[in-house]
Amino acid sequence: MSEVRSPQTLSEQILSHASGKRAMAGDLVIVRVDRCMSHDSLTPEVIDVLRETLKVEHIPDPDRLAVFIDHVAPAATVATANAQVKIRRWVEEQGIRLFHDAGVGVCHQVMIEEGLVAPGQVVFGLDSHSTAYGAVCAFGTGVGSRDMALTLATGYNWLRVPETIRVLVRGRFRPWVNPKDLSLYLCGLLGIDGATYQAVEFHGVEWLDLDGRETLASMTTELGAKAGLIPPVGLEGWEVPEWLGVQEGARYARTVEVNLEALPSQVAAPFSVENVAPAADFANVRVNQVFIGTCTNGRLSDLRSAARLLKGRQVARGVRLLVIPASHRVLQAAVADGTLATLLEAGATIGTPGCGPCIGRHMGVIGEGEVCFSTANRNFRGRMGSPEGLVYLGSPETAAATAVRGVITDPTML
Amino acid sequence: MARVWMFGENVDTDQILPGRYAPYMTSEAELGKYPFIEARPEFAQQVRPGDIIVAGKNFGCGSSREYAPRALYVVGIAAVIAPSFARIFYRNGITLGLRLFEADLTGVLRDGQEVVLDLDAPAIHAEGRTYPLPQPPAWLREVWAEGGLIAYYLRHGRLPLEEGVPR
Repeated sequence: MSEVRSPQTLSEQILSHASGKRAMAGDLVIVRVDRCMSHDSLTPEVIDVLRETLKVEHIPDPDRLAVFIDHVAPAATVATANAQVKIRRWVEEQGIRLFHDAGVGVCHQVMIEEGLVAPGQVVFGLDSHSTAYGAVCAFGTGVGSRDMALTLATGYNWLRVPETIRVLVRGRFRPWVNPKDLSLYLCGLLGIDGATYQAVEFHGVEWLDLDGRETLASMTTELGAKAGLIPPVGLEGWEVPEWLGVQEGARYARTVEVNLEALPSQVAAPFSVENVAPAADFANVRVNQVFIGTCTNGRLSDLRSAARLLKGRQVARGVRLLVIPASHRVLQAAVADGTLATLLEAGATIGTPGCGPCIGRHMGVIGEGEVCFSTANRNFRGRMGSPEGLVYLGSPETAAATAVRGVITDPTML
Repeated sequence: MARVWMFGENVDTDQILPGRYAPYMTSEAELGKYPFIEARPEFAQQVRPGDIIVAGKNFGCGSSREYAPRALYVVGIAAVIAPSFARIFYRNGITLGLRLFEADLTGVLRDGQEVVLDLDAPAIHAEGRTYPLPQPPAWLREVWAEGGLIAYYLRHGRLPLEEGVPR
């Protein structure tokens, strides 16, 4: 009897290719890892584990690893500065060429911007939002420090091939609605464990730009997903392997349909990303700080869209608008096209490209009783500063409208 | 006897160990002082080696920070039992040798209850009753026996599933 080759999901295709054997959902495979990413927050631990536990003085393939200083960048304390000194020394010793110091930008943004990931690759990142690489149809996934150290020491690691949830997208976004709103809607619909141990594929978004794909792929982490993949169609300038693409008949654990024509701006209220309702439902919530930035929504199209809403308007009294471009390149482009000038005229403060206050360590953490409207990806208690502070999540458009009014505002109501 | 520390659903890594208390921001030696520092300050003071955590679904969601499960490992948590775990947390558990069991005992055990964890069965014995835990696959039992995936790798020079895999 000849073997019938059943169609595969994007994850199954990529993990088959990386493991050298046909891999289907549920299989445990050992995969070659094409690219690794680590950042300042956890690299010191990786260095210690490599040296002290694994006894690896020199990683065998330093070109496989990209290192970033973005989480607390520039350093906020002597402890963080010392940790970064340790990283820079190690990077030098190892001969790591893909090193990106403070100010270059958020790791995930720069990885894609610089073409350090490619369609069909397996990418391990020392950060949960490594699913972002699915924007270019790479199998990007987050791992912990020891897992990363082991991967750097050996060049490979184990994975369970995930089942896949297919999101079938219909229509196009309404004016001022961002891919972030689709992501938040899905978090509300599926829950923050809705895709645990699974991958998410987005079908019907071949028209979406790279910025939007990054937002969607990155936010699948908030569904608990292992990877979030956008089929590599309509990806201009990226080389797509011939074996990679949507296969008719691939098996999905579940299919969810979303009609964008009926999707208004969404907001996630404290303290969970699944606590989602239309932005209009939060119209009486007063804010102290508005933060536009991060790997979720700090890209040029996000800043431009916010600037279009802020043009000729002013940030409300008593509200601080903090804008942190996702990368130096984004910052430069926003300077060149006048976006930054518009934001500054409206009263925005600009921070060093990087993660900003997203993880509550520096550059705009919130205090007791404060409310922040943020374009980031998490609003757990204490995530962005005081455990007595509140974080509402939404799109850059909703953030801009909220900054102008001082209360959470659906951008179409501005 | 092991004390049960009961938690709800969706316990995130910012609760287990807030980013501000990362070894990166404090020190490695202090890691054991900070688990649940804000969410449940008495935990780190009263937890004893061998205690177990029983929680609702999606335990360990949020960031990839390995120091969250490691802080639990460092204070001697013998097992975490929850209906489901966030995937990076689960993976970190395997790497570290922190035993994670997918089972829902939130409705049958109480916070502060003294129970016996039988890792061989595996099961929980409490007040004359036995609550079975799912048997992990053979490779995972081997990894646990070695004290985690890193220890396994150091002992065997390979990963547990590696036979016949092209490099």
